[in-house]
Amino acid sequence: MKHEMTNQEYNEYIKKKTPNSKIFTNCIKAFIAGGIICVIGQCITALMKKWGLNQEDAGTYTSIILVFLGALLTGLDIYPRIAKFAGAGTVVPITGFANSVVSPALEAKTEGMVLGTGAKIFTIAGPVILYGILASWLAGIVYWIISLF
Amino acid sequence: MDFLKAFIIGGLICVVGQILIDKTKLTPARILVTFVVLGVFLQLIRVYQPLVDFAGAGATVPLTGFGYNLCKGVEKAVSEKGFLGIFTGGFTASAAGISAALVFGFLVSIIFRSKPKK
Repeated sequence: MKHEMTNQEYNEYIKKKTPNSKIFTNCIKAFIAGGIICVIGQCITALMKKWGLNQEDAGTYTSIILVFLGALLTGLDIYPRIAKFAGAGTVVPITGFANSVVSPALEAKTEGMVLGTGAKIFTIAGPVILYGILASWLAGIVYWIISLF
Repeated sequence: MDFLKAFIIGGLICVVGQILIDKTKLTPARILVTFVVLGVFLQLIRVYQPLVDFAGAGATVPLTGFGYNLCKGVEKAVSEKGFLGIFTGGFTASAAGISAALVFGFLVSIIFRSKPKK
């Protein structure tokens, strides 16, 4: 005999299924968007190398260009629209860093050049730079100690 | 082939971020900080370089790649300048990215207006 679910059972079943399938869909979207941004980066790097730059400089130019694109698309209100769909796929790449630098600065524009734009541009860049430099400083200590032996 | 590798590895790193956002309620700002610090650490234990060699931009474009750069920069600086390198390496390596973010960030915030939130 077929088992008919009661309403309560059905609700529990939905509850159990929904969050996970939602996370799964989010992950697929993040995978595709993040992957595409990295492929764009790979294209820029390949182009730079074709123009005679070495690997390191080509990588640095790639970062600069992606930061530019991220900032510009945020100003045009396009990046936030993509982010709504792609979640972490647009947060984790360096374009997401550019986005998080620009959007608080844009919003604080009316508060003035110094304490508005000037201060708020560091809302997220500040913590990223602080903890990044802190971590690299600690790594530097490790490398220095190793270099003594 | 390089493009496929970049797509898959870059995509997977973003999936890690997505899982962290959905499962732990970490805000995007904390994700960024976490990924940069994670990149430094992974390079320090020599795990990230092989990933960069394999996936190229797939490993350097996500923010973990920013951390990787910081760590690589400080290693180089320490080998060239000794103790002083501990203080110069990080900023030297990240100079281009940070300058670009600040300059372009400033220009965009001057030129464009904040769109009202819907």
